Amino acid sequence: MSGVIGEIVMPKWGLAMQEGMLAAWSVKEGDTVGKGQEICDIETSKIANVFESPVDGKVRRLVTGAGETVPVGYLLAVVADDSVSDADIEAHVAHFKETFVVEDGGDSGPVPETVDTASGRIRYLAAGEGDGVPVILVHGFGGDYLSWLMVQADVSQGRRSYAIDLPGHGGSTKEVGHGNVGALTNAVCSFMDAMKIDKAHFVGHSLGGAVCLDMARNHPEKIESGTLIAPAGLGPEINMDYIDGFIREKRARKLRPYLELLVNEPSLISSEMVEEVIRYKRLDGAEAALNTIASACFQGGHQTLEMVERVQRMKTPLNVVWGENDRILPVAHADGLPDTVPVTRLADTGHLPQMERPGETVEAIRAMLG
Amino acid sequence: MPKKSYRQAINEAIRQEMARDERVIIMGEDISGGMGAPGEQDAWGGPMGVTKGIMPDFSRDRVLDTPITESAFIGCAAGAAATGLRPVAELMFVDFMGVCFDQIFNQAAKFKYMFGGKAVTPLTIRTMYGAGFRAASQHSQCLYPLFTHIPGLKVALPSNPYEAKGLLTQAIRDDDPVIVFEHKAMYDDEGEVPDEAYTIPFGEANVTREGDDVTIVAFGRMVNFANEAADNLEKAGISCTVVDPRTTSPLDRDTILETTEETGRLVVVDEAHPRCNMASDIVGLVSQEMFGALKAAPQMVTAPHCPVPFSPALEDIYVPGVARIEAAVRQAMGKGH
Repeated sequence: MSGVIGEIVMPKWGLAMQEGMLAAWSVKEGDTVGKGQEICDIETSKIANVFESPVDGKVRRLVTGAGETVPVGYLLAVVADDSVSDADIEAHVAHFKETFVVEDGGDSGPVPETVDTASGRIRYLAAGEGDGVPVILVHGFGGDYLSWLMVQADVSQGRRSYAIDLPGHGGSTKEVGHGNVGALTNAVCSFMDAMKIDKAHFVGHSLGGAVCLDMARNHPEKIESGTLIAPAGLGPEINMDYIDGFIREKRARKLRPYLELLVNEPSLISSEMVEEVIRYKRLDGAEAALNTIASACFQGGHQTLEMVERVQRMKTPLNVVWGENDRILPVAHADGLPDTVPVTRLADTGHLPQMERPGETVEAIRAMLG
Repeated sequence: MPKKSYRQAINEAIRQEMARDERVIIMGEDISGGMGAPGEQDAWGGPMGVTKGIMPDFSRDRVLDTPITESAFIGCAAGAAATGLRPVAELMFVDFMGVCFDQIFNQAAKFKYMFGGKAVTPLTIRTMYGAGFRAASQHSQCLYPLFTHIPGLKVALPSNPYEAKGLLTQAIRDDDPVIVFEHKAMYDDEGEVPDEAYTIPFGEANVTREGDDVTIVAFGRMVNFANEAADNLEKAGISCTVVDPRTTSPLDRDTILETTEETGRLVVVDEAHPRCNMASDIVGLVSQEMFGALKAAPQMVTAPHCPVPFSPALEDIYVPGVARIEAAVRQAMGKGH
């Protein structure tokens, strides 16, 4: 638009993000950028990722330099066409700096809580308010509620959402019983009972996807819909190198190559993410729980529970999102699904679409929320 | 994750291990307080309040206030460890350790060896070290090199609250005598600490910064100064790796050698006096093992070879700080930096 100055500001990735470090610009002043174009790398205490331009236009000023840490909402750059004078650009930037106030200063967002259930202590992060059917987000093997960092806020509008830690994971009990998918599903049912949730939309990633399928199979009255992100439970193959390496390696340097298998772009795995995984594995009982789950769910190097045949008979509306370059669970598992289940295949995406392609993932989840 | 102070992290580790294993007992001077006189019970919780609140929850049977006789109660703790308990003894200031060297160096450290590997000595000694507390030369030393020197002892130096809980828990569960050095200027430092119990294995260094130009190896409180120096230098175009060895015995030689080989330059930051300290030990190790990979002479940032001054002005320049670390890194980088 002629004569209009567009602002690019520090995004808010996740409910707790307060500031971000601009690691590097991939555009320079004078470049023309388009919406969705990767313009810079941003690092937070939880994640490192590329930031895509929210606007079209010519970059007139890079306000935040590489290496600088600024609050959420702070000006990173301004775009405008040539009809805007340099003086106007300067004035705009100066005005922004003078009037900028940090939003929600001191509010670090919701913090995880715990509830005692029939299956033991479950930790969860709740967000959102409203009367809509709640959403329950179920992470994959070795994950926790932070798996949903990039999407939870956007699927919580008009409803409550709960990102839970499965037994054996995060801040939940490390007692996992038999450690099979059924035991994890029971724990999710216990969580719903303890929280007085009758029915919920489910979103499940990887092993959490298998939990959602199991829920649809055995407790259809509790599940309104299921969005399955690179789900387990739809075929025999699984990358056991990843599973074994994830459990075995205790040092950042050794563990990192395995975590990089999760994503298409290895730089997405920040040092902080590696450290979080190591810290989780040091908790009393965590390693034993992972071993129990791995040997129950992936016995002999294959997925124990295959539900693809059963999907046809499930009445729960399902929706699948899968990265085409998934190196943990092959996207080909989606080929066996009936036509009634829409599948979104994402190019240049690995096993973590909710981190790698949060926009598309949110869209797929919202399509099920109605 | 909840934020806790260094003090809270240590308190939580002790409580969780006492709850987990009834053989764990704690002992030391005024670790509860109020013994031997009428008046308030649990009045102190140790001189810095670290063990406050533990006695009311676990009773005087497992929280023992001792007389001011380190030689007696450290010997008692070593004997209790050899005969089935898992004592955690607090020896207020490491400077007072001199009166019980026999109990530590010649008894606890040697039991396993002298009894053909059949004896275990799960003894933990917590002690305060370090300058910056205006406590003069008899309450401010960094004597961890002395204990590192003795085979049979393990020595841990937690550099923040997360490390403090994990290393102390590991120390209590360890079957060998461990001395845990708590820097007295760090008790109010805060950081993220899980509510659940966890252990950090000994002999595994923590790489807190990854860089290409210089490797900084730092101990205890100095790790935080090294991180700050590395962050400042990053802005000036010098990228540093920072290694926190966590334990001086056992020592993670591999991580020190690997990271130094990558950068070719080494700076060691040690708050102890320079003769026979960790800095000289690590520079010796690196020089012998990989002299050919070094691009510059290794640098040592240490306290001077003099008692810790009581004068606040002198004490401030006595303790190695961020500016001195940055200067040493620039020195290692050579001209133009």
